[in-house]
This record gives sequence, C-alpha cells and structure tokens, in this order.
Amino acid sequence: MKPRPFAYCRPETAAEAAVLLAEYGDEARILAGGQSLLPMLNFRLVDAAALIDISRIEELSYIRETGDRLEIGAAVTQAQLLAYPDLAKAVPLLAKGLPFVGHVQTRNRGTVCGSLAHADPSSELPLVLATLGGEVVLRSARGERVVGAAEFQLGLLTTAREPDELIVAARFPLQSPGTGSAFTEVARRHGDFAIVSLAAVAAGAALRLGVGGVADHPAVAAFDGLAGADLDAALNAFVWELGGSDDLHASAHYRRDLVRRLGRRVLEEAQACSA
Amino acid sequence: MLRLTSNQCVAITFMLNGREISGPIEPRMLLSDFLRDELGKTGTHVGCEHGVCGACTVRIDGLAVRACLTLAVQADGRRVETVEGLAGADGVLGALQEAFHRHHALQCGYCSAGLLMSLTALFEQVASPSEAEIRDVIGGHLCRCTGYAGILAAALDVTKVYKEKTTI
Repeated sequence: MKPRPFAYCRPETAAEAAVLLAEYGDEARILAGGQSLLPMLNFRLVDAAALIDISRIEELSYIRETGDRLEIGAAVTQAQLLAYPDLAKAVPLLAKGLPFVGHVQTRNRGTVCGSLAHADPSSELPLVLATLGGEVVLRSARGERVVGAAEFQLGLLTTAREPDELIVAARFPLQSPGTGSAFTEVARRHGDFAIVSLAAVAAGAALRLGVGGVADHPAVAAFDGLAGADLDAALNAFVWELGGSDDLHASAHYRRDLVRRLGRRVLEEAQACSA
Repeated sequence: MLRLTSNQCVAITFMLNGREISGPIEPRMLLSDFLRDELGKTGTHVGCEHGVCGACTVRIDGLAVRACLTLAVQADGRRVETVEGLAGADGVLGALQEAFHRHHALQCGYCSAGLLMSLTALFEQVASPSEAEIRDVIGGHLCRCTGYAGILAAALDVTKVYKEKTTI
C-alpha cells in the first residue's frame, strides 16, 4: 500500500514538461491532481520511473471561453471548474455532471484533464466530453495537435495520447441557445464509481445520448426525431451494441436495463430544458 | 525546476497548523506518512490508502483533501492543517469538536479527524450550510460506528439549524 520508488520532477512550464516527457517517454507518468494516479501507485498497479508534477504550472491553470469553446487548462481542478461562475450558462452539462465526480475532497485536487487522461470507462468527464463532441489539446516537444473526443478515448484506460505527449487543455463546446442537457448516474453510493452514467443533449428534434460504464469507453449515439416506442426500440438496439459484461458491481443485464430506462428519462429531461 | 531522483532525501518546509515545520522526504512518501511517521502528528489517521475512506483528510491551503493521495513533496511551501490544530493552545475544544462530543458523533473515533477537517473547511466556505451540503461533505467519509446520525446532528448544531428542528 505504498508506492514503489520513483523520481520526481516539478517543471515550471509546459515546455519543460514536454522536454521531460521526451526524455522519459512511457517510463514517466504525469502527476496533476493525483486522485487516480496515487491510488494506482499505492496499490502498485502502476509503475513509474518518474512522476512529472504539472500541478504548479501557472500557464496551465486557466479557464477561458475562446470562440465557441470553454477551454480548461491541465492544472485546473474539478472544484475550480465547478466554481467557475459562468459554468451553468456556458456548458450546463459540465455543471450537471461535475457534482457526480468523486467527492468534494477528491474534486479539490483531481483535475479535469487528469480525468480525461485516466480514461476510466465509468468516469463522468470523458462522458461529458464525448457527448458534447469536445476535444483535447496535446503538446509534445514535436509540436501540438488537437484530437476529438471520439478519437481520443480508445478503450479501458487507453487514449490516443502518445507517451511523449502532455494534455495541456480540454475544450468543451459552449451550449448554444435552444439546446438542453441532462446528466444522471447510478452508483452504490454517491461519489463511487458509476455503474452506469448517462448524459443527454437535445436541440429541437436532434437528440444525443452518451453512456458511460457499459462499454470500455463512453458511447455516444444520435436519436434524432425519435419518441415513444420508436425511441425505446432504438435505445434497446443501442444498448445491445454496447456489449458490457457482468462484474462485481452489477450484471450486464442490469446495466442494459438502466440504459433503456434512464436513457429515455435523461433524453426527455434534456428536451424539457431546451424548451 | 525541482528534480529529485527516486532515493534522494530532501527537506521540505510547510506551515503546519500555523507553525513552520520542516522534515526529510523521499519522492514517494505520502503526506499522511510524513505527518505521522516523520512529524509524529498521529491525529491524522490512515485507513484505506486509496482515497475512499476519508480518514486521512487534512486541509491544504484551506481545502479538504486526502493526505494519502498527496505526496509529501507536493505540500512543500503550502499551508497544511490537521486535527491537532483545531483545539486552542489551552486544550479547549473547538465548536465543532464540542458538538461531536455532545452528540456522540463518534464511537471508535477513527474517522473523526478526517470528518472534522472536511466540516471545518465547509464551515469556512459556507457560514451556514444546508443539511444537503453537510450530507454531501460527510458522504466523502466512511464511518462504520455511528450511522452518521450523530455526525449530522453535530454539524447541524454548529450551524444552529439543529435548534430549529425537532428531529433529524
């Protein structure tokens, strides 16, 4: 229950962090809030030759609206984002999903980009990013690139990030007028890992549903113009596509049932918000 | 840029309960172990060591955080508060500690230090938190003795809300 030894680097700029990543490659781990990394290090599920602590890098500690996006730097904690005064107006789905992320005590250190980097299939922030079609900004000594959410999270704890790349920011689309959103999840107790989490966005007849906790990554599908029995049938077809398996927390059958029932509920809730 | 090799031992310095302290660390040392084993401040308890139980909760720069999910080196230069700082220098308990005592908000006491630090942070942020806000904060802690009723009553008593209610 104690981590194995590792070197510790605390760069002062993102450029310094990129140089360190180029040097260590996949031998290093980025430490931001540490709320996913430290448990894995304590359990010795993860080994790292070095931790690169980016939590004090000033240039990565910002929340700003640029164009039609809310951009969040890699040093921003979940609690800081939740306290952003315009959040409920700018990206309501984030304001609705964030309270489900861990507990207040872990949100005080856990970062938004760290959640995306960790890529847990039941995690809320990757689900919100995927449902909204946001993107991740990656930087390395080789340059910078932007990857869409759908291409970023590839599977269980697996992303498109190359070993020498650092997530410097995440961009969430600002909600446009006439759009509504809703978020819900089922967990054994509030703050635990979700058994199933659901995010919905509605704009007129356009309906989009994101589901976490069933497949090995957040799954997003469109249900445009559907209602009633047609919507139920489409949700049923969607949930069978997700796969999903039994585990300690819930059976695949239970998870499918949650998606069918709560999927319809969050979509209707999003529609109600959009009016 | 600070760069430490895996077995390098360096001194860190931070404000602990209003007094500057210093001690040796290696990069892998957790803040909870530094507090207990290096400084002898055993008021901060260690339960699950993966952030679930909340026993080790301390405050860093005013925010309630898990000491077991924080490296000691990350506390360098910060302001850390632990349960040892809650009572006055004369040993008189703080208002929240008093309320815990009054409402039997503990039995074995293992979870108490963490709960006290989380609730202290809440009361500093929100002068008169609602029952829902208190429940949300308490939800980040495991207590297997009390069933939480006494803890909630103590917290509500401190907010004075409790006095206006007949039952909880």
